[in-house]
This record gives sequence, structure tokens and C-alpha cells, in this order.
Amino acid sequence: MGVAKIIGLETEYGVSGGTGDPIMSSSQLVTAYGHLGSYINWNFDDEHPGADARDARRFTSVAPLIETHIANTVLTNGARFYVDHAHPEYSGPEVCRASDAVLYDLAGDEVLRRAVTSVANGFGGQDALVIHKNNSDGKGNSYGSHENYLVSRDVPFDDLIAAMVPHFVSRSIYVGTGKVGAETDAGLRRDAWFHVSQRAEFFEEVVGLETTLKRPIINTRDEPHSDSDHYRRFHVITGDAQLSHVGIFLKVGTTALLLAALEQFGPRVFPASPENPVAAMRAVGIDTTLATSFRLTDGRLVTALDVQRELLGLAELYVANCGGGLVGGDDEARLILSEWRSILDDLAGNRTAAADRVEWLAKLQLLEAYQERHRFSRSDPRLAAISLQWHDLRPDKCLQSRVGMRELWSREDIDRAVTAAPRDTRAFFRGEVIRKFGESIAAANWDSVVFDLHDGVLRRVPMMEPLRGTADLTSNLLNRCESAEELLRELGV
Amino acid sequence: MAEQERIQKTRQQESVDAEEAIRVDASRHDQLKNDLDELLDEIDEVLEDNAEEFVRNYVQKGGQ
Repeated sequence: MGVAKIIGLETEYGVSGGTGDPIMSSSQLVTAYGHLGSYINWNFDDEHPGADARDARRFTSVAPLIETHIANTVLTNGARFYVDHAHPEYSGPEVCRASDAVLYDLAGDEVLRRAVTSVANGFGGQDALVIHKNNSDGKGNSYGSHENYLVSRDVPFDDLIAAMVPHFVSRSIYVGTGKVGAETDAGLRRDAWFHVSQRAEFFEEVVGLETTLKRPIINTRDEPHSDSDHYRRFHVITGDAQLSHVGIFLKVGTTALLLAALEQFGPRVFPASPENPVAAMRAVGIDTTLATSFRLTDGRLVTALDVQRELLGLAELYVANCGGGLVGGDDEARLILSEWRSILDDLAGNRTAAADRVEWLAKLQLLEAYQERHRFSRSDPRLAAISLQWHDLRPDKCLQSRVGMRELWSREDIDRAVTAAPRDTRAFFRGEVIRKFGESIAAANWDSVVFDLHDGVLRRVPMMEPLRGTADLTSNLLNRCESAEELLRELGV
Repeated sequence: MAEQERIQKTRQQESVDAEEAIRVDASRHDQLKNDLDELLDEIDEVLEDNAEEFVRNYVQKGGQ
């Protein structure tokens, strides 16, 4: 039986400038932004990033080390903003729709912009910080943008692997943000000038627990942040961090629909996996012609577009049978299907038209036009500079914002989402209690809020069900209560 | 109106429509080209000054 596809997106940003120390810079960003409101600490009690979804006998990689997270806070929009490794990371609040995942991802970009301003105001005497929303530095260092989807625990993990590998191998054709030049040994052997995907060349395994080394196409981290008897949180690490509204919508919407289809139909209706998924993913990741083909385990030779068309057909079948209830409603499901069909049609027939949604294509067109105007060689550093500056979050520097890509949300919508939580998941309760009773909250995380009424006792409100704590269920209560004491009394905590 | 004449009229109208479509298409093409030229001018202005150094100095630590 399927479950609502609760979605959350995480972005690790590139950071430069400041003191030059990225850990220091990231801490400054989180601390300065956090102190604009009540700085609410993240609660690590329930974290188990080493839990593996596979059987112990197939355990082939080691659990990541638990690190000391220096600065780590929770925002009134329900998001987490913190230092991960040497990057500032924003993990958006839980949402029910792909379109809301886009909104809260874009709100994260705005949080980073405001954090840069707060650092400039609070830590004078250093160079301004510069933030890039990208996935690699061009020198072999990659950092992630992860997607999370709630999936029924009834789906065996092997079925997730079987069904989702073909999607992750092929979706780069509309998820990729493009870059100039290879940077891994595997990528350098291919020697492509322009890459469709920033991330693809960094993937080395089909399945694994790692996220920083030997990155796998299917990540096995089994940490549901919810009732583990009923739910998995499927942690997807393959995608590029996008600025294109429609690009993010497609990345998330297609994946959510396919997971719902898997819960309904099982893995047998999905296309067979590529014979060599890693090689296929890397080949698709550098193929600007979209003509590269790879062999599936059933013997067929297919292109990424072929696989995507089959997956679209499957998603259409799912929506025709079950409607869109699990992906945020029928209208949302229809919008995902129509945008998906239109992007595949345009990529196949009229690629110039797809450049208003697909970032790698828009970037490539800009690079080619600029190269032609100045008669540069392809190795001219100005082309690599354009590719990098594309992702600069400063409004006066960002090149992506100048090429006229289609937008789904207005400036005002995004500004609102910087401070207001989604209303239809538990993120609402988290965000609202922080906004209203921040002084009485000791710490919070995805599945609980810990209150400190300064009476020597910490009181924990569990939130194991992502679809509770919504505005419908809690806004009356929250409006009625004047204090945290009153709220906890009403909740019986 | 004789059948012949009507066909001729329709054909004339079609060819006018086609010419109009070509003109619209050409002006749209000019518009796109102007937009692109403006964009390329803008990029000359906002692109980081020393491109080689800018790209070389952008170094990040690996993440997830």
C-alpha cells in the first residue's frame, strides 16, 4: 500500500571568500543567520546515519563517521540550516508536493543570501562571502544536493534498487546543470568538453551506504525520521543542485510519481536496469547529443530518452489508475505528467525550446553563443568562468538568472517561504512553535521538539508522523495558547 | 463564385498568411538575436575580471 510522498530537499552550497576557511565561513553563516531569530539548536538524539537498509550480510561499506556539527539550527519555516563537512547546508522542511519542494528549495537560496548579509554586518573586516549553488569545484571535489521521499516500509529495498536505477541513470537529461570539463579520473578518460551533469562522473557504485566516497546510485541510509515500522526515507544523492524552477519540479515530481507507481505495481513493470549502471550514468552525464545508447539486462539497446519515455508511460498508467492523492493531488499529478511529456518531446524534437527549463542546455547555448562572438577556443578560461558564475547566488553576478528561464514562483512567494513553514506537514508545528515560543525551546529535529520551561525539566514533543502537526490539526491549538506552558499542558506533555 | 475562383482566392489568402508568418518569424528571430546580443554584452560586463584566476581559486572541500 502506498504512502503520501512527503518530500524534503537538502543542498550543500559552495562557499568562498571570508577568512578563506570554509568551516569558519559556514559557521559564520549559520550563526549569524540563526541569531536573526531565536537560535534553536538541532537535537542529535535521534540521528543514526550509519543504519543500512540492506541485510548485514551484504554490508560492503563502512558507516560514515558522526562528526561534530559546529553550528546547527532550525528555522521558522521548518528547515534545518547547519554546517556539514565544510559547507553550509540547508535542508528544506517536509512538503507534500513537488511544486512546494521547489518553493522551499528556492527559499533556501534566499536564506543563504540573507546569511551572507548578516555575516557582512556581524563579522566586519573580512572579504564578503560568496555562495554558489552547484555540485563541484572543477578540481575533483563534489558536494551534494539530496532528495528525500517517504516510501512504504512494505517495499523491499531490492525492489527500490531494481525500479529506480534506470530513472537515476537517465534523468540527467533534464536534471543536469552542466559544467565545462571533467574532474575525476573516470571523467578525464572520457575527455568531454561539456558535461550535462555535474554529479554523474562522481558515482562509482550501484548500491552503498557512503555519500562522500565511492558514491552509490542507490544510497542505503536507513534513517526514516518517522515511524520505522511504516516508513522508509528514500535518500537520493544523484541529482544536481538546480536554480531552474521547472528543473527542480521535474527532478522531484518524476521521482515521487515513480516511487508511488512502485508501491502500487511492484518493480516488474519498470524498465530493466542497465547492464552497467555506473557506466551508463556517466555516459548520459556527458552526452549533449542525447544519442548515447546503453544496453539493458533484457538485451535492449536504449537511450536516456527511451528510458524516460517508458517511465513516463508507467507514471501515466499509475495516475490513470490511482489519481494523484499520494503526490499532492490530481492537479499536481497532471502538472508533473504534462511538464514531463513536454520536456521529453522538446529534448527529442526542438531542443532550443527546452532551454527555458533545462539548465545544462541553457548554459551550453550561452557558452556557444559567447564563444562564437569572441572566437574563443574551447579551452578559454572565460568559458569555465561562465560555467562557474552561472551558479553564483549574488543577484548581480548570477548568470542563470539572466537567460530567461521559466519560473513557477514569484519573489514574494519565495520571501514568504523563507520564514513561513508549509501548512500540510509536521513542519508547520515545528516552524510555528519556534516562531511563537522560541525562547522556550531547547532543541528540535525532524521528529521532535524539546521544550525547556526553565524549571529543570526538558519536555519532548514527539512528531513521528509527518502528516500530523499540520495547520489543519494544530493551528487552533497554537492560536489559543499564549505560552509554551499552556501548549504543553494542552498536549499533555 | 465559381469553384475555380474560390480556390484561387483561398490560395491568395494562404500565400498572404504564409508571408505574414514569415515576417512575424523573421521579426521574432531578430528579437531573439537582439536579446542574445544584449545578454552577451551583459556577460562581458559582469563576468569576473581575471577568469583564469577566478576559476583556479574556486576550490571546495569535498562533501556528501
